[in-house]
Amino acid sequence: MILKTKLFGHVYAFSSLKEVLAKANEEKSGDKLAGIAAETAEERVAAKIVLSEITLEDLRNHPVVPYETDEVTRIIQDDVNESIYNEIKRMTVAELREWILDEAHTGEDIKRISRGLTSEMVAAVAKLMSNMDLIYGAKKIRITAHCNTTIGEAGTLSSRLQPNHPTDDPDGIMASLLEGLTYGAGDALLGLNPVDDSAESVTRILKRFEEIKRKYEIPTQTCVLAHVTTQMEAIKMGAPTDLIFQSIAGSELGNTAFGFNAATIEEARQMALGRGTATGPNVMYFETGQGSELSSEAHHGADQVTMEARCYGFAKHFQPFLVNTVVGFIGPEYLYDGRQVNRAGLEDHFMGKLTGISMGCDACYTNHMKADQNTIEDLSVLLTAAGCNYFMGIPHGDDVMLNYQTTGFQETASLREIFGLTAIRPFHEWLLRMGYVDERGHLTGRAGDASTLF
Amino acid sequence: MQDTDVRALVEQMVEDMLKGKSIQASSDSKSSYAASVGQNNRVEKMPESTDGGQILPDITQIDLRKQLLVKNPKDREGYLAMKAKTPARLGIGRAGARYKTATMLRVRADHAAAQDAVFSDVSEEFIKKNQFVFVKTKCKDKDEYLTRPDLGRRFADKEKEIIKAAYKDHPKVIIVVGDGLSSSAVEANAAEMIPAISQGLKAKGISTGPILFIKYARVGAMDDIGEITGAEVICMLVGERPGLVTAESMSAYIAYNPRHGLAEAKRTVISNIHKGGTTAVEAGAHASGIIMKMLEQKASGIDLK
Repeated sequence: MILKTKLFGHVYAFSSLKEVLAKANEEKSGDKLAGIAAETAEERVAAKIVLSEITLEDLRNHPVVPYETDEVTRIIQDDVNESIYNEIKRMTVAELREWILDEAHTGEDIKRISRGLTSEMVAAVAKLMSNMDLIYGAKKIRITAHCNTTIGEAGTLSSRLQPNHPTDDPDGIMASLLEGLTYGAGDALLGLNPVDDSAESVTRILKRFEEIKRKYEIPTQTCVLAHVTTQMEAIKMGAPTDLIFQSIAGSELGNTAFGFNAATIEEARQMALGRGTATGPNVMYFETGQGSELSSEAHHGADQVTMEARCYGFAKHFQPFLVNTVVGFIGPEYLYDGRQVNRAGLEDHFMGKLTGISMGCDACYTNHMKADQNTIEDLSVLLTAAGCNYFMGIPHGDDVMLNYQTTGFQETASLREIFGLTAIRPFHEWLLRMGYVDERGHLTGRAGDASTLF
Repeated sequence: MQDTDVRALVEQMVEDMLKGKSIQASSDSKSSYAASVGQNNRVEKMPESTDGGQILPDITQIDLRKQLLVKNPKDREGYLAMKAKTPARLGIGRAGARYKTATMLRVRADHAAAQDAVFSDVSEEFIKKNQFVFVKTKCKDKDEYLTRPDLGRRFADKEKEIIKAAYKDHPKVIIVVGDGLSSSAVEANAAEMIPAISQGLKAKGISTGPILFIKYARVGAMDDIGEITGAEVICMLVGERPGLVTAESMSAYIAYNPRHGLAEAKRTVISNIHKGGTTAVEAGAHASGIIMKMLEQKASGIDLK
């Protein structure tokens, strides 16, 4: 393993593979905050050059958090298919990049070698990709998953309807929910971020979601994004639950800070399969986001792209229906501006797909970040071109509970029209029956009028 | 009935405005207009222009909960009743699959207010008028403040001397103001909240000494001040990260014995201090009660019963 290169006559020597991975990142404020970013533009390129000649075997043998001390590393390493790994372990990262981009290799080919990759390899190849490489590579890979309906099929773009309310007022939640449905939002999920993280409140809202789903015969899935243990308690209390949600991190320490471990997630999954309301087999929903490990001091000196890839490696073990990066929520100390948010969004989506999970994106920003609605509209267009499975849908993109901005109902509707896509088939047929879209999936005169559902 | 009339009138005004009906200024009026606008293009003095004294209505005065822009809704009254249940931007209609101009501009305006609250500074005039003692954390500018939370929690030696001098009498309780993530929140609430706190304390015989203003402040800066002054309780008023609904929300973080390494859970927080939430005066009275309790129990945050 060579960790040294010359560039413009200057020698750049790195002390570890972990350092190379960090310095090969595109500029991110979070890596600077962690004190691990490249110090000059040339050093960044030198690190990319060194990384390009590293073999997949070296990356497997040097996980950024040791196998012995971290269960996320153990899950990722133990899930590797050894025969596929043995076929590709001598490849360099440069070769893997070109192998993925090569027209001779289809999405199915990529999904096969994906089983021989660890998250460090997935992160490494993303670091050598330009933004369009990330789109081009991701576009080839199609990942579907089934809960009550199938997400990710060709020709579809989905939306999670996020009807958040500052006090969980049931009528206020229903207001956003009904209007969103008339715009064609909600085929991925009707999913609320609750203010009140109690099992009673979660149960109440899930029952209300179930009523609406039954009343209008809506083919979709429901979830209330409380803590995993709260949702399990709610199931025990008889809450009708399709999907179980949890925010996850790329290290055991990070997951401990979130208040769970792998055993908790497996227990939740078994409970959803055994006592939940969904058809399955995919009954889990995870959210991630670059920088969350550093913010809980659980990054082990590793960079935020590699830690994010490890979230996906962990997620894959539990066969999720949905995984999305909440890319711009964390703030400017991790992703400084629109340029960094968009880069991170493209990286996360590509890495998720290369890992083999059904990937969406909460294309979003906070008000202390140098970004605006144009930033995330750009990102949503780029990600739709990359074959992203779903976005969020919120009234005018303004989340009145979490106080951040994301994509609105109008965004998914526009993206579907621009790219010639529709909602998930059974949901699209429901929209047609209700008269909100035409055959092409374009909005009709009735769309956007919630009072048609009163 | 009257309410609906007013609403209809305002809606009509906005619609007219967007169609350009009342935009009558010709291009040569630009120069006279430019001469009378201040640095931020805020007009200090009304220009003698060719607009015949007309002015476009302030779109931020429209009550969004009462505005329904859906074309021919099936049930207008029902829709408005539903909208009353949530601050979410519902019933906004659309232009194709995109937003209507009025709602797009309103979101831009609300976002602009939020951004300005973050990226502008608390004015020197405000600091002077309230006789705050000015200090600055280790951040050299706003950018560094936003990206280096560690530097926003510490003071350089020169600043430490100012803090030491201000509290040479070693008051038990110190009140400080930090700009945090919203300068407008500080300017809107701090001046009203501080007397409400200190009056409550004075009634119990506790004086607080001068008020410190900290530029580029993170909440953890109070721990450094605790180290420097030895204060028992520090109460920091600080601007919250603005949302689109309000950019003027402030929080008060209060801690007993704040020193380096204090766990976040040991701070007591009063959040959502603004006109539409807890008012500054209410919050001040509440804060003085909490401070008294902390002095009695020698604890704060999760340890405070």
